Amino acid sequence: MAVQEVASAADEPKVALFNDPKIRSWIFQFLLIAVIGWVIYSMVVNASTNLEKQGIAGGYGFLTNEAGFAINFSPFIDYSETSSYSTVFWVGLQNTLVLAVVGIFLATLLGFTLGVARLSSNWIISRMAYVYVEILRNIPLLLQIFIWYKGVLALLPTAKNSIDLGFMGALNVKAWFGPKPVLADGAGYVGIAILAAIVASILIGMWAKKRQMATGERFPVLWTSLGLIILLPLIVYFIVGQPLSFEYAKVGRFGPRGGMPIPPEFTALLLALTTYTATFIAEIVRAGILAVNRGQTEASYALGLRPGQTLRLNIIPQAMRVIIPPLTSQYLNLTKNSSLAVAIAFPDLTSVFAGTALNQTGQAVEILAITMLTYLIISILTSMFMNWYNARMSLVER
Amino acid sequence: MTDTNISVENVSFVRGKMDPALPPPASESGIVGWMKKNLFSGTSNTIFTLIAIWLIYLIVPGFLQWSLFDAVWSGSDRLACATTQQGGELPVGWSGACWPYIGTYMKQFIYGRYPDHELWRVNLVFVLFVIGLAPLLMPSIGHKKLNLILMLGVFPLVAFILLTGGSLNYSGFLLPNSIISPSLLKFWVDFIILSAVIVGVVIALKRATDSDPKPAVRQALFAMGVFALVMLIASTNFGLEEVETDKWGGLMLTMVIAITGIVASLPLGIMLALGRQSEMPFVRLFSVIFIEGWRGVPLITVLFMSSVLLPLFLPDGVTFDKLLRALIGVALFSAAYMAEVVRGGLQAIPKGQYEGAMALGLSFWQSMRMIILPQALKIVIPGIVNTFIGLFKDTTLVSIIGLLDVLGMINSSLSDPKWATPVQALSGYLFGAGLFWIFCFMMSRYSIFMERRLDTGHKS
Amino acid sequence: MKLKLLSIALGAVAFGAVSGASAATLDDIKAKGFVQCGVSQGLAGFSNPDDKGNWTGLDVDLCRGVAAAVFGSGDKVKFTPLSAKERFTALQSGEIDILSRNTTWTMSRDTQLGLNFAGVNYYDGQGFMVRKELKVKSALELSGASVCTNTGTTTELNVADYFRTNKLDYEIVAFEKADEVVGAYDAGRCDVFTTDQSGLAAQRLRLTNPADHVVLPEIISKEPLGPVVRQGDDQWFNIVKWTHNAMLNAEELGVTQANVGEMMNADNPAIKRLLGTEGAFGEKLGLGNDWAANIIKAVGNYGETFERNVGENTPLKLPRGVNSLWSKGGLQYAPPVR
Repeated sequence: MAVQEVASAADEPKVALFNDPKIRSWIFQFLLIAVIGWVIYSMVVNASTNLEKQGIAGGYGFLTNEAGFAINFSPFIDYSETSSYSTVFWVGLQNTLVLAVVGIFLATLLGFTLGVARLSSNWIISRMAYVYVEILRNIPLLLQIFIWYKGVLALLPTAKNSIDLGFMGALNVKAWFGPKPVLADGAGYVGIAILAAIVASILIGMWAKKRQMATGERFPVLWTSLGLIILLPLIVYFIVGQPLSFEYAKVGRFGPRGGMPIPPEFTALLLALTTYTATFIAEIVRAGILAVNRGQTEASYALGLRPGQTLRLNIIPQAMRVIIPPLTSQYLNLTKNSSLAVAIAFPDLTSVFAGTALNQTGQAVEILAITMLTYLIISILTSMFMNWYNARMSLVER
Repeated sequence: MTDTNISVENVSFVRGKMDPALPPPASESGIVGWMKKNLFSGTSNTIFTLIAIWLIYLIVPGFLQWSLFDAVWSGSDRLACATTQQGGELPVGWSGACWPYIGTYMKQFIYGRYPDHELWRVNLVFVLFVIGLAPLLMPSIGHKKLNLILMLGVFPLVAFILLTGGSLNYSGFLLPNSIISPSLLKFWVDFIILSAVIVGVVIALKRATDSDPKPAVRQALFAMGVFALVMLIASTNFGLEEVETDKWGGLMLTMVIAITGIVASLPLGIMLALGRQSEMPFVRLFSVIFIEGWRGVPLITVLFMSSVLLPLFLPDGVTFDKLLRALIGVALFSAAYMAEVVRGGLQAIPKGQYEGAMALGLSFWQSMRMIILPQALKIVIPGIVNTFIGLFKDTTLVSIIGLLDVLGMINSSLSDPKWATPVQALSGYLFGAGLFWIFCFMMSRYSIFMERRLDTGHKS
Repeated sequence: MKLKLLSIALGAVAFGAVSGASAATLDDIKAKGFVQCGVSQGLAGFSNPDDKGNWTGLDVDLCRGVAAAVFGSGDKVKFTPLSAKERFTALQSGEIDILSRNTTWTMSRDTQLGLNFAGVNYYDGQGFMVRKELKVKSALELSGASVCTNTGTTTELNVADYFRTNKLDYEIVAFEKADEVVGAYDAGRCDVFTTDQSGLAAQRLRLTNPADHVVLPEIISKEPLGPVVRQGDDQWFNIVKWTHNAMLNAEELGVTQANVGEMMNADNPAIKRLLGTEGAFGEKLGLGNDWAANIIKAVGNYGETFERNVGENTPLKLPRGVNSLWSKGGLQYAPPVR
């Protein structure tokens, strides 16, 4: 409303009260607040009278009640039928996050590959990436989930005719029964070794950067860290006497059972989320690379860098500035889209908490409020990160 | 030049005339050359090419084999698509798409369970939609404003009456039921009272500011008149049979949800985008909370809310149609996304345009209506189309809350034992995927076309 | 602009809102001219739409009976298909007048959700179905199996209880929709399909090869299924309760859809009271005295609806079993009309 402000700055002696832009804007805002307040008030009143009249007990007390139903996927949290509804919430959140993290990792890999492939000078590679992107991003995600779940994974053999994957366990229509790592005494040392290797890699990276800044000499940080992270734990692993073994599924009356079963619901969701989100990431990466001035490539070539080096040392770091913000929102989309698990019975937050728990308790208001708030918090945290990153990475113009 | 005397003819070892240029070596031209340049230009490139060919070999022939060559094209029930092991006619181990199942269900996939003898109404709506939309999409055809009014004002009403059957019943909304019992009459009495109150308020406001109330009153009366006309037409009985929304389904329902969602979200999105840019703190705060709140949660939870919670938030005895509840959820959700698209357009307008509008002495709404929004909305047409594509794909989520859109219809057809075979699901989903793909791909092409056309080179 | 917004808001309200708040459900129903009945999204024998959208089934017939009691015609009823998740909210919010959707009567539902169960129109129990080729004879042999079931139902809780108390190892796969459960079981995702026995019989028809599957003898729960109404409207509660009772009494007294006309002249005082030729029992319900006669004319007595929808001659082939009249050794027992 800058218009009015300019006008009011000028000396106008006879302005009716109602025409004063300041007062007008306050009246308008007051009206808006009143209307919103009224809407919220009437919703609350309606809800509470409706619930009270029907004798429905509200409140969050149900969270401590025993859930009584089973959940078939909970990799980190211990859950049984006697756990409370609040544990159900944490299991759901855990499954959503597991799905999201694995999905984001794979989608980023695939997306970057596709994005770079689309710009490849190799005709067949760029065409293939183009066709992939155009096909998959124009088909609804839910449909793709169903295609994977009921179309593709349902074609796997039945439990009796499981495919034996050797070291990787067994595969059938019921699940992929992967090897389950079993830790023995001394496994903690291996964990410490992994941590130590990571810390050392970070320190080496910092030292190498400092040295490069000072002397211009480069140090193969990637290879050193990779070697460190792989070798150090491996050495410790053998020193403490191989404290890791794998447990495999045993074949019983109903086919394989045990090991680390990955249900087809998870696989289908992961495949669909990854392949779908990768198309969007590919477009973002492509746009990011194209946004880097062509002169940068030419300059790199002039300096004698090879195409791979040019991409890695010059183009991608600059493109990242353009890529990161939309990439973050794609990560967020993937996390939100993981809620489609509800369609194929994977127990994520929406499916097991806003689905099963809601059905069992009937506490629709409370449960949907918790669920939506959780997603909201995840997305607010993500956008906070994005803003922080943007502020850090934005070009400082001198 | 000392050797000018030496004539070319005398010197045998000097060629007298230019030879015609040789064609480039076979390895550099034609298909081979092209392949060498584009596919095998180096070791790594060759490896990539081979990997690509291997991938294509893995996917394409198998897919074509399954969906075309090995597919079943005729039959009347599952026997045609099942192997002898499964009690059908095909040899053991055979796997191919089952297209006759799609053929049988085609009508349901497109119209849902809409009554057979009323299908012409759906077709008519579709034809009207295409006739109205085609000129709107082509930038070269004029009369955009009239076209827009027809599409956004007249078409929805016509479509609504044709699809539902019209002849709505109103029961009034203002006076307590004890004065007049709920009826059409009460509604119009209520309506006249409301109009009178609005006109009164307008006059009072204008009087308070010492300005001429006539134009404002005229506007108010015009708006109420248009509204009354719409309500009147919607309640008129055209002799069409009522078709309840639970019979709607298939592609028709998908289109209804997507188009209603986008049309309803546009004005809402514009208001929210303006609100977010506003200098009034509470308006801005409200807009930001609204936009970020909807954008932060998955659509499916919004749909759950509309199907499970909305009834609880309404006063006792007031109920919404299930489809209408989903529509409200979809519209509010897409309005938040639309707001961000429009905001992008508003921010892209150079500051000089705002200042120019101010300098002309236009009020806020005038400058928005006449200067800013026409430019901003034009810039964001590709963004709007992209939002629409997203919404169109997202309509499949309503199948989770039990509405039978294309996907819901496919899912429900899968439970028909008459066609139950292992290949049924994949055939159905492939059909759905193809259908969505055609629509979405065309729209994304259009979006790119508009982007190129609108790109006036002003981008910094 | 403000005016436009206002008119949009007004339009939204006038559009789909059917307003008419009042405490008496019966008055509302009489005013709108039909009963709104919540049913399942398709369960053969209980509530199932044919390809033209006509609903049939045991639960559907109860709704038609209620409509006949109120309006004298079993057609004045509209059906709303509901998922397990939506069903109670739909009833609580007044979207439907009666929920007849094979819903189990449990204490918590009766006392915490603001609902009233108006009777039991099918006594059921939860059972298991497995493939014949597994050669399982008893549910106690199911250790290590994956079990498909519906989420948000009592079945999901029962199966957890059963496997836990019998110390059996299992994996649960719980779907939102009944169709999906059947599909997953049929595809081999699960070894066991569990739901109410009647549901097993109904869903079995949807399997690719119904003959390849066998229902295990164990019944692990009590599942009294019946119609549900909102709490706080005793008149409407009574109408639904007595519609069911009238159908039972009619069977006991030998009144059928075919002979209800002649039975009007019967001498038996119990029949006279039921059909309204004696006394004013209908009026006390707020209906006409011929209310029960209308129910029987529209859908027949309980035995007839049972045989027509789920009985031996239907694809479901459910035995009458515990749903026989009390006089024939079953549990169906209606208080007398007196």
